[in-house]
Amino acid sequence: MRYSAEKLSEEKVFKDPVHRYVHVRDRVIWDLVGTKEFQRLRRIKQLGTTFLTFHGAEHSRFNHSLGVYEIVRRIIDDVFAGRPEWNDDDRLLTLCAALLHDLGHGPFSHSFEKVFDFDHEDFTQSIVLGNTEVNAILKKVGPDFPQQVAEVIAKTSAKKLVVSLISSQIDADRMDYLQRDAYFTGVSYGQFDMERILRVMRPKEDQVVIKKSGMHAVEDYIMSRYQMYWQVYFHPVSRSAEVILTKILHRAKQLYENNYSFKNEPIHFYSFFKDQVTLEDYLKLDESIIMYYFQIWQDEDDAILSDLCRRFVNRNLFKYAEFDPAKEYKKLAELNTLFEKAGIDPDYYLVVDSSSDLPYDFYRPGEEEERLPIHLLMKNGELKELSRESEIVDAISGKRRTDHKLYYPGDFLADESSDNSIKKQIRSLLEI
Amino acid sequence: MLKDHAKLMQAVLVSGEIIGRKKLQKMIYIAKKVSFPFHERFQFHFYGPYSEELTLRVEELCNMGFLNEIKEKKGGYFQYRYTLTDSGKEFLSLNEVEMPFLEDCLEDMNEQNARFLELVSTVLYFDNLSKEEVTEKVFTLKSSQRYTEEEIDQAYAYIQALKEKAKLQ
Repeated sequence: MRYSAEKLSEEKVFKDPVHRYVHVRDRVIWDLVGTKEFQRLRRIKQLGTTFLTFHGAEHSRFNHSLGVYEIVRRIIDDVFAGRPEWNDDDRLLTLCAALLHDLGHGPFSHSFEKVFDFDHEDFTQSIVLGNTEVNAILKKVGPDFPQQVAEVIAKTSAKKLVVSLISSQIDADRMDYLQRDAYFTGVSYGQFDMERILRVMRPKEDQVVIKKSGMHAVEDYIMSRYQMYWQVYFHPVSRSAEVILTKILHRAKQLYENNYSFKNEPIHFYSFFKDQVTLEDYLKLDESIIMYYFQIWQDEDDAILSDLCRRFVNRNLFKYAEFDPAKEYKKLAELNTLFEKAGIDPDYYLVVDSSSDLPYDFYRPGEEEERLPIHLLMKNGELKELSRESEIVDAISGKRRTDHKLYYPGDFLADESSDNSIKKQIRSLLEI
Repeated sequence: MLKDHAKLMQAVLVSGEIIGRKKLQKMIYIAKKVSFPFHERFQFHFYGPYSEELTLRVEELCNMGFLNEIKEKKGGYFQYRYTLTDSGKEFLSLNEVEMPFLEDCLEDMNEQNARFLELVSTVLYFDNLSKEEVTEKVFTLKSSQRYTEEEIDQAYAYIQALKEKAKLQ
């Protein structure tokens, strides 16, 4: 029997708190889950620093990847099977791409990518196409199968329907992470009727569309996306932890560039500092490695690095104030000068963080073909963009809401043992 | 402060006015690819390279009152026009951005239509592939746009000319 068609002698299941069970019958999927590159995802948290705000948010990218696979499996096996617009030859390709779509994520990806200027998507491509266990399994399906999977994940595949199942404005990726992140953070906002949405999904040549009768279930999904964005993903305390994490990485990089002598050689970081990261180096990194360095850097001689690491490890985060860049940018320049005078380096201790710094998005109606919107399938076969039919979605997507916060070390500023008059001026400007 | 925002403001300033969100997206992507230091992350979407980060930054700049956005109806759809406001100009004068050859490149791009810029940005997105492979990608991924081989040749020539302009920096 061809490897691609091989089934396990009996179905395997993973118990899952969100989908109850994740079902695996295909040998290829089972083998991919067992690879070291996929197992690595167990050691990378889905929500990065959010566990410092919502203590339950310790779930991993492994959980999420299995969840996305399971949603896609249910769509194609239970809803699309037998429909003329769906080509069942694409089944395995779709399942593999769903399972592997986040494979290139590293520890605290967002901060790492920002500081060291790379894109985890490039590493996803390298893992799928490079000399890895994942690649060896995909190649057993067919010599060009890894390339096909890579193209679906990169959204550059000509199979647009397959791409849209994994990456679009209503895809399995978002449906899983919204519910999973809600479950593990303990908030009630991420709930929506996924079963209903799956039942009203219909395959079309270029994308998945939604039967008009399912519009209210989709409204609920859009609302939950909106709520999760502001209540969880953009939580100001998680952002504070993210700011500190980013500054630690910046500081370590700068020290390396200045030939600083670390007490313990940060060997796992060297290729990042030199901008020569190989796939092998990248795959060695996980959150336990990063936390090890943060732990030992607490004892470094560099006062900034050790202080920032202590803050992160012990959750002594920066305080924040609302900040309106348009009205307050002159005040920020003033604060910068005062921080310098007080001996508190503003490059590390006075940080503006904006909503555009987050890797999450809102629903976009794509008025000018920037993004493909969610389309409703009307009874007469016509397609209509969601916000044109739904007042709720129109209200959310039509209104722009942005946010900026100014982060600073509250404890430093409250310490009156030195530079008291300057700190007083700072406190007065910050209104604290 | 807000260095990435300032770069976008500079881009709008030197372009005078940018008509269309799609055009704005493609202009910044192309500028980034020909080596101007924009940091917005782009991914391939249905209509070519797109950056959610860029969309959000533009929204922030509009909310700050640094960018002016005019929504107008054109045929059956909406179109957006972007210009820099006076307070945006004042902010930029205090937070200078050094990209001396950006003006030449963006002015040139601004004269092109969004359809051509979509093609140019798609060609640049696949710059690790051979021209034959890129042509194949354009024909399959952009089949609804019905680009011709001649247009693809023009896109390559355009990229070369743009790189020459940018290289001067």
